[in-house]
Amino acid sequence: MMRRKQGTMIALAALTLAFSVAGRAEAQGLLFWSTQAKPVEETQKMRTEVLGGFGKPVDYYGNDAGPFFTRIQAELKAGKGTIALLGGLHGELASLSSDLVDLKDVLSATGDAKINPTLVSLGTYGTAEQKYLPWMQASYVMAANKEALQYLPAGADVQKLTYDELIAWGKAMREATGSPKIGLPAGPKGLLHRFFQGYLYPSYTGSVVTKFRSPEAEAMWNAFKMLWEEINPASTNYGFMQEPLLTGEVWVAWEHTARLQDALNQKPDQFVTFPAPAGPAGRGFMPVVAGIAIPKTSPNVEEAKALAAYMLKPETQIATLRATSFFPVVEVTLPDDMPAAVKMSGATVAAQSAAPDAKPSLLPVGIGGLDGKFNKVFIDTFQRVVLRGQDVRQVLDEQAATLKDIMTESKAPCWAPDKTSEGPCPVE
Amino acid sequence: MQRLLSSQKVLPYLLILPASLFLAAFFFVPFVQVVLAAFTSDDGFTFTHFRTMADDWKFMPALSNTLGLALVVVPIQITLALVMASLVTRLRRGRDVVLYVFTIPLGISDLAAGLIWFALLEQNGFLNSILYGLGIIPGPQNLLDYRNTAGLFVAVVIAEVWRATAIVLVILVAGLGLIPKEYDEAAEVFGAGPLKRFFLITLPLLRPSLQTALILRTILAFEVFAVVAVVAGNNLPVLMGETYAWQFDLQDHKVASAYAIVILAISLAFTVFFLWVLRDRTREAAA
Repeated sequence: MMRRKQGTMIALAALTLAFSVAGRAEAQGLLFWSTQAKPVEETQKMRTEVLGGFGKPVDYYGNDAGPFFTRIQAELKAGKGTIALLGGLHGELASLSSDLVDLKDVLSATGDAKINPTLVSLGTYGTAEQKYLPWMQASYVMAANKEALQYLPAGADVQKLTYDELIAWGKAMREATGSPKIGLPAGPKGLLHRFFQGYLYPSYTGSVVTKFRSPEAEAMWNAFKMLWEEINPASTNYGFMQEPLLTGEVWVAWEHTARLQDALNQKPDQFVTFPAPAGPAGRGFMPVVAGIAIPKTSPNVEEAKALAAYMLKPETQIATLRATSFFPVVEVTLPDDMPAAVKMSGATVAAQSAAPDAKPSLLPVGIGGLDGKFNKVFIDTFQRVVLRGQDVRQVLDEQAATLKDIMTESKAPCWAPDKTSEGPCPVE
Repeated sequence: MQRLLSSQKVLPYLLILPASLFLAAFFFVPFVQVVLAAFTSDDGFTFTHFRTMADDWKFMPALSNTLGLALVVVPIQITLALVMASLVTRLRRGRDVVLYVFTIPLGISDLAAGLIWFALLEQNGFLNSILYGLGIIPGPQNLLDYRNTAGLFVAVVIAEVWRATAIVLVILVAGLGLIPKEYDEAAEVFGAGPLKRFFLITLPLLRPSLQTALILRTILAFEVFAVVAVVAGNNLPVLMGETYAWQFDLQDHKVASAYAIVILAISLAFTVFFLWVLRDRTREAAA
């Protein structure tokens, strides 16, 4: 009985607190409703160091996706609201895209800030309107031990590598050292599925879903089998590539920027970072893009637009990087006091998305709870084709059937790099 | 109330009531939910989830790996525990110390045990360092290579034997303590050697404990999960690992429930088998 009373008290206290916090937010200036910078320290830095310079009071809230959607959807349904500005990932804002204000005029008002054009075009969702403005980005890049550079094939530029050159490089390293020196995070905690979805498939087929079982995909898996010969077999145990890079087990690796930072910060002089290789269809890469949008129910669209423009200023972008570890989407010169990992991977992330042959491929959009099954399609294909040596054609056909079921069940239309579709994204 | 409590008829039921409620709430209700999830869809009764499970290419390897592990690990553990238990009961001094040392792994979670063995066996692990330091190998060898399924299997067997033999040992030591010394002494008087006494006196009298240990260990062996996940990663699929993957990575609790039902069925079958094989035949003969 005592327990229960206490529980009720705590719940009541929490409710009161929640109401008073929400009440305070509405009493003050613009409400910036976001899914990013959720940890308390990051939220605090966003409020003081990033938004403090705007001149007008802004209230920043970082939420989990659940509460984020509950409130904005309720406001959209009611037709009026208090949220002035939305911040979220490309895939999150996608489901709200028909209720967002066109931000084209903000884009032209940002003056000389050079915003990454690839990311700007992602913000249209294939429509004529600018549904969101890119806000910040992260990505997956390559990192190499400087020891490895001497084995680069003749004529290859590490900043503009191709997959064929990567294979040749791996072969040269293996022959020189006696063991394969390229590593991929193929362990249970690794992000290898993103490598297939965001890097290999777009680079070889220009698609992820539609051309899953195409002849190009078949050629791709055969090429990847050749690359696998040069990959350290311990890769199937790797989670974060910063560890084998630091021990020297692996000299060249592909990894998320956040999972490389220990290696880059501990031995900044030992490593270089560079964009992912290119294949026949371009330089596939997966930007993790967060954007800023204004809902049609925003109480003050003009001030919200001014805030959106402020967020794209180079100084604001650098302050955002300090607050969140996400990289700028505009051209900036990073100050010298940044950690080595930020400087190195920041430059590479920018170079990768600005490459002339860049082929951005997004995190899955609109498949909701089927995300895990979507990833399983790619990991299963890898395990069957590469680790167990099963027939490529047969595995692709079987896995394509599973992929088709996922798309039909979720009714998700295609996302970049696949061309937009009416209805569920087709698997040809 | 006073009368109710002192009534010999009601009291026992009152005493087991809390435990029964606990079991009902935390074992029976979830169990019914799992069965319902495994056998139903929106359209009623279905085998779809079992078909999805069986059609997945990982199902057969997971099934054979799990059965294989149980069939290899459990006999090794029983044999080892018998030897260790006989040893411990024969000690005059330091018996408790030896018993404590033997049962240390019991206090370590299976995840931690997996991590210990992974740290020993991995490419930059202790085993590699020692062998390299002694000049036996030219450089670090990857013992947990995905291409070496037999090696992964052996590594998991070693880790499991190390981790879970102690529980069998504890049960058997307790069982040995219950056997009256007079039988052994009588046999010795009639000239039976140590081996003969072990097989004709100790082992038959130890049957109830052996039965308990076998059932317990076999059921736990079918639930092997954390050790495999750490030592072999994705390269040695087992039933429990697949259940976890379907529940949490793939967010499909219906197929996960189907896996759980399969594990339950196998465990039940083995339990019934052990109960039957190790049943008390002396009473049958008397009747």
